[in-house]
Amino acid sequence: MQKFDEMYETLPMEGSPVREHYRTYAKWLSRQSAESMQARREEAEVIFRRVGITFAVYGAKDEDGAGAERLIPFDLIPRVIPAHEWRRMEQGLVQRVTALNRFLHDVYHDQEILKAGVIPAEQVLKNAQFRPEMMGVDVPNQLYSHISGIDIVRAPNARGEGEYYVLEDNLRVPSGVSYMLEDRKMMMRLFPELFSMHRVAPVAHYPDLLLETLRASSPATTAEPTVVVLTPGMHNSAYFEHAFLAQQMGVELVEGQDLFVKDDFVYMRTTRGPKRVDVIYRRVDDDFLDPQVFRPTSTLGCAGLMRAYRAGHVAICNAVGTGVADDKSIYPYVPKMIEFYLGEKPILSNVPTWMCREPDDLKYVLANLKELVVKEVHGAGGYGMLVGPAATAAEIEAFRQALLADPARYIAQPTLSLSSCPTFVDSGIAPRHIDLRPFVLSGKDVQMVPGGLTRVALKEGSLVVNSSQGGGTKDTWILEV
Amino acid sequence: MLSRTADHLYWMNRYTERAENTARMLNVNYETSLLPQSADVAQLGWQGVLSISELLPSYQALYGDITAQGVLEFMVKDEDNPSSIVSCLKAARENARAVRGTLTTEVWETQNQTWLELGRMLKSGAFERDPGQFFEWVKFRSHLSRGVTVGTMLMDEALHFMRLGTFLERADNTARLVDVKFHAVERDFYGTVNGKDQEYDFYHWSAILRSVSAFEIYRKVYRDVIRPERVAELLILRPDMPRSLHASLNEVVANLQLVSDDACSDTLRHAGRLRADLQFGRIDEILATGLHAFLTQFLDRVNTLGSRIGREFLLPAVN
Repeated sequence: MQKFDEMYETLPMEGSPVREHYRTYAKWLSRQSAESMQARREEAEVIFRRVGITFAVYGAKDEDGAGAERLIPFDLIPRVIPAHEWRRMEQGLVQRVTALNRFLHDVYHDQEILKAGVIPAEQVLKNAQFRPEMMGVDVPNQLYSHISGIDIVRAPNARGEGEYYVLEDNLRVPSGVSYMLEDRKMMMRLFPELFSMHRVAPVAHYPDLLLETLRASSPATTAEPTVVVLTPGMHNSAYFEHAFLAQQMGVELVEGQDLFVKDDFVYMRTTRGPKRVDVIYRRVDDDFLDPQVFRPTSTLGCAGLMRAYRAGHVAICNAVGTGVADDKSIYPYVPKMIEFYLGEKPILSNVPTWMCREPDDLKYVLANLKELVVKEVHGAGGYGMLVGPAATAAEIEAFRQALLADPARYIAQPTLSLSSCPTFVDSGIAPRHIDLRPFVLSGKDVQMVPGGLTRVALKEGSLVVNSSQGGGTKDTWILEV
Repeated sequence: MLSRTADHLYWMNRYTERAENTARMLNVNYETSLLPQSADVAQLGWQGVLSISELLPSYQALYGDITAQGVLEFMVKDEDNPSSIVSCLKAARENARAVRGTLTTEVWETQNQTWLELGRMLKSGAFERDPGQFFEWVKFRSHLSRGVTVGTMLMDEALHFMRLGTFLERADNTARLVDVKFHAVERDFYGTVNGKDQEYDFYHWSAILRSVSAFEIYRKVYRDVIRPERVAELLILRPDMPRSLHASLNEVVANLQLVSDDACSDTLRHAGRLRADLQFGRIDEILATGLHAFLTQFLDRVNTLGSRIGREFLLPAVN
């Protein structure tokens, strides 16, 4: 299988020419001693620990006894993307997210796309992520997914050229943006000279764009909408990010217990009495938002929130019910959505996908399990999936049985040869597979900071980049060559 | 500001202050125990440490006899003892983590660093090797935390609630210290003519002074030998002695005024009255009615004040 590396023209790395946008960096890297790079790695770890850039692990204790807080491994070698490639990707992202928002408005109103037969109606209406509670609810600017994390990989296409593919849309509560920002800060701290040698597009204004997006989503006519970030609390694995974003935007970080609803308006309890809340950037899943409507035992949300929401008195970002658009069973239809709503050809490609609910597709998948990646439609975080080429005969057999039992629960994709990027590992510098998650903001306009979060699978040969499964992160440079 | 945020800020500082005062008390007792003295006196000292925090029964249940090693272990490293230094610093850091977005980066990193270093020190045996240096470290981290707070935080509600926590805790801790140490002297309050006892008195009273960094201050203020009634006056009534009850209450009232919208708030009135008793009180009157009774009542009133602050600002009733 053909392999793409971001830095080298060919693999293995030894003796290969370096790709143009990496040349300055490669020359610089060749002059660094192994000791000095190791020292900077250690320095980075000390700083991350002190700053408390950690994610929580339930029920675990680390070796310092410091409790269940882990660092996400940070790799020193940046992932570099030439500016012209990024510009194209950015256009594709704007197009895709615009269509996804149009789709969400449509399925919760007139359902034109279902009437036109572009997507089978039962695929949407019987989807567990479809929220009947949202039918006919008007949300400000008809926007549902204000913050979208679109996972992109690079792999060879049919012509053998490297091409960007969308692997997955994340429209519920996509996380990781704080690592994008902290990774850049760390790189500038450790290697200031690199930034004078390269023209790297800045990302530090993300919290500004986010605040602008959230304020633009306010339903109230007030000139100064009150925005809050709603977190499940400090034991949530992404708590650092919630606190970080609230602080960077200068807004309150609230928990469900800080909010209450009175006369269909949302208030927070402050030291000077109740204060109206206009926009909630929630980092809590739909199921936990309002015990009166969703899971009744939830203490993470606020009773009556949906009532206030439906009355148009508060904005919830992202909107309730966005999961119906990022579900893996809906993903194969996104290119058709783009054509249906925008009348345009998709700029970014989907990974070819077999829907096991279709008898023909299922037949093909069952015959080719060894070559395919099979995913559970509702799975997330790299769980519930089969990577054919890496699986044992027994694992494949188990999946075959599961597929036969409930084919609609699965989709399958070819095993993409994800691009790799040189990465520091215990044995030195070696290629490791990466992906990219840009964060697309939809408010008055659809905008984003250049780049996104690059995740890297640190295990040799592994394609799974999730932090819960041994993934790390890299700084991402959009570079004017 | 969110009530919950204010609550975390307030408790973050209370726990930091409590850890500092525990370290001060343990340090002085540890140093005193190095002086030539009878085993009874030494044991009385360690018992005093436990009495101050009302921990004598729970200590005895876990450790049995009172020994220096047992008390140090219990008051420093025991995570099951909510008043141990490790428990206080953990609680301070957990409260800080809950509101890290409200703190300046420097304040948060100071708290976090304290917690990380504490783990390393306890693991490496640094505490057992040199308890004195460990206690100095705890004090130093508390100084740093206070300094970085005043030096970097916006002077708004967040800072006022933090300061409120610091000084309410300090008033409570100093009052307990004075109460226990004066109670420990079972003889006539004004000392004796016996030379040996006089020598004991000197070490007893100077230890109290040193535990609140007041030994030099005492000399400077009174220019006299150490007399118990003056020690009491210094620690209770002097407004210029930074760890006295009066000075602590001045800060409590000042910060309460800053967070209170209502000039006739009940909480503020309560704090003002408590402060007035210190401002216009006299040490001979207090001693005449009984120091222990005075301090017991003071601690009750500080406790009530704490609950009022909680009810009015930190955990307001639903809707």
